[in-house]
Amino acid sequence: MEFLVASAIGILTAAGIYLVLRLRTFPVILGMSLLTYAVNVFLFASGRLVIGAPPILVDGVETYTDPLPQALVLTAIVISFGMTAVVVMIALGAYLSSADDKVNDPTDPEAQAKAEEDVA
Amino acid sequence: MTHWILAPIILPAILAPFIVLAARYHIQIQRVFSMAGVVALIAIAAGLAWQASDGTVTLYQLGDWAAPFGIVVVGDRLSTLMVLLTAVLAFFVLLYSMASGWDERGRHFHALFQFQLMGIMGAFLTGDLFNLFVFFEVLLIASYGLMIHAGGRERLRAGVQYVLFNLLGSTLFLFALGSIYAETGTLNMADLAQRVTLIDAEETVGIRVAAVLLLLVFAIKAALVPLHFWLPSSYAEAPAPVAALFAIMTKVGAYAIIRVYTIVFPPDLEVTAGLHTDWLLPAALISLAIGMAGVLAAKKLDRLVTFSVIGSMGMVMVAISLFTAESIAAALYYIVHSTLAGAALFLIVDLVRNSREHLNLTLLPPVAGAALISGLFFVAAIAMAGLPPLSGFLGKLLILDASYLSSGGVWVWAVVLTGSLISIVGFARAGSTVFWKAKSVEPEPLVESEDPTGSPQAEAPATMSYVAVGGLLALLVSYTVFSGPVHAYMSATSAQLFAPQPYFSTVLETPGKLSKPKQEEAH
Repeated sequence: MEFLVASAIGILTAAGIYLVLRLRTFPVILGMSLLTYAVNVFLFASGRLVIGAPPILVDGVETYTDPLPQALVLTAIVISFGMTAVVVMIALGAYLSSADDKVNDPTDPEAQAKAEEDVA
Repeated sequence: MTHWILAPIILPAILAPFIVLAARYHIQIQRVFSMAGVVALIAIAAGLAWQASDGTVTLYQLGDWAAPFGIVVVGDRLSTLMVLLTAVLAFFVLLYSMASGWDERGRHFHALFQFQLMGIMGAFLTGDLFNLFVFFEVLLIASYGLMIHAGGRERLRAGVQYVLFNLLGSTLFLFALGSIYAETGTLNMADLAQRVTLIDAEETVGIRVAAVLLLLVFAIKAALVPLHFWLPSSYAEAPAPVAALFAIMTKVGAYAIIRVYTIVFPPDLEVTAGLHTDWLLPAALISLAIGMAGVLAAKKLDRLVTFSVIGSMGMVMVAISLFTAESIAAALYYIVHSTLAGAALFLIVDLVRNSREHLNLTLLPPVAGAALISGLFFVAAIAMAGLPPLSGFLGKLLILDASYLSSGGVWVWAVVLTGSLISIVGFARAGSTVFWKAKSVEPEPLVESEDPTGSPQAEAPATMSYVAVGGLLALLVSYTVFSGPVHAYMSATSAQLFAPQPYFSTVLETPGKLSKPKQEEAH
C-alpha cells in the first residue's frame, strides 16, 4: 500500500509540474489542481498509513490512526478548492480582456497590442 | 488571560463582512467603517506592543485547549511590533486610497482590505505552523482581489501570474508541513522546537528536507532571488495603494523566516546544521545585487520601485542570514524602515502617474504638482537608497556593523556598498528625468489650447494624498530621530528570540483542557 500511495503522489506531482510549466492558463490551472491533489494525499499519508483503525478513542481498540492529518487535509481541500475557483475566474477575466490565454508577458508589448486591436 | 491579543484578527474579520453585507452600495459608509477599524487597530496594536515591551509573552488558547493540541495565538515583542507596523501602514495606505479615489474604481475595496489585514495580523500572531498556512491563504486570497482591483488587461495578466506563483508556493508550503508533521508529529512552533532537538543525528533526512522546503516557501513570500519573479510585474501593475500595502507582505516572509529559523530551527541546532546558514547569505546578496542593478536598469518608474523593494528585501535577508542577535536587530530595524519607504515610493509613483502620459523614464512635460511631488520623491529616494541622514543609512550601518566579524563579512560589505552606489545613481537618474529635465520640455501646444486655464491644476492630486505620503515620510524622519530607543527595543526583541525559553514555557505550560496528555497520543 505504501508503494501505491507513494507512486500516486509522485505521478500526480510530476504531471502537475509538467502542466504548470506550460504557457497557457488552462493547462497551468489543471496542473495546479493535480498538484493540490498530490499534496492532499501526501498530507493524509503524513499520519502514517493504517487500514481499518478508528481515528478516535474507542474502548477495547489497540491501534489508532492519527486524526490530525485528516483535519489538515480537510482544511487544505477547502482552501485549494476556493483558490482554484479564484484563479479560474481571474484567468477567464484575463482571457476575455486580452484575447489570448498566455501566462507569460508578451515579449513585444506594442506588437501584441496592435495584434489585439486587429482581432477586435 | 487577556482577550485583546485576538482583537487584531477579530476586528477586521467582523468589519469585512459587515462592509460587504450592510454597506455594499455606500462608499462613504464603507470608508467610515474601514477607517475607524484601522484607527482602532492602531490603538489595539499599540496597547499590545506596550504590553509585550517588558518581555512578557501573551498567550491565547482558542477554546481553552492546551498548547500542542489546541491552536494558540502568541504575542511577543516581535509579533506585536509587526502588528503595530501593519496597522500604521494600513492607516496611511487607506488614507491615500480614499483621497485618490482608488477605492471607488472597483467594488469591495474596503472589504478586501480588511480581509487582507486580518490575514497579515493572523500570520504575525499565530503560534502554529498550520495556522500560519491558513492565514497566509487568507491574506493571499484577499490580495488576489486587491491585485486586480479596477481591472485592466495588463493588471489581469499580472494578476494571473501572481496568483499562480502563490498557489505553487502554497502547495509547497503544504508539502513542507506534511513532512514536518510526519517527522515530528506536531505543528505547534514551541512544541516543534522541543521535538527537533530529540531527533537522532542519524535520521535527519526528513526534517532537513522539510526545513529546506519551508525556507523555500518563505523565500517565495520574501521575493528572494531566484524566487522573486512574481514580484516586479505584479507590484508594478497592482493599484498603487495595494502595492503600498503589499510592502508589508514581503515582510511577512521575512518575519516567518526570523520566527521559524531562530526558534524552531535555531542556527546551532545539529539536525539542520549547514542548511539555511550556508545558503541564505549568497541568495540574499544576489537579491540585493539584482535589486539594485534593476533600479539602475529600469525603463519605467514603477519597475524601478519594485526592484528597489527586491533590493531592500535582499538587504533584510543579508542581515537575517547572519543569524546573530545583533544582525537580527539590524534586520528588524531595516524591515520597519523599508516597509515605510517602499510604501511611500509606490504612492509617489501613483502621484506621478496621475498626470503623466506613461511612466517610461523619457522626457515629458512636468507633472501636475511637480514641486511637491519631486520633494517627496527626493526624500523617499534618499531613504530607500540609504543615504544619510535618514533611517536607511542607519539601518545599513547597523547591518554592516553586525556583519563585520562574520565569515562572509567581506562579501556583505562589498555588495552592500556597491549596491548602494548603483541604486543612488538609479534613483538620481529617474528623479532628474521625471522632475528636473522635464522643465526643459515645452508642454504640447494641443493640451494647452484645449484647457488654457491650466489643465495641470485640474488634475493635481488631492491634498489628502499628499498628507498620506507626507505622513509616511514624516514617520520615517521621526523613526530616524528616535533611532536610539528604537534600536534598543529591536535589540531586546532579538534577544528574546535567541532566549526562547520563556516563550516555550508560556506556550506549553499554561494550563488548559487536556494539559496533561498521555505522551503517546500525539503519534
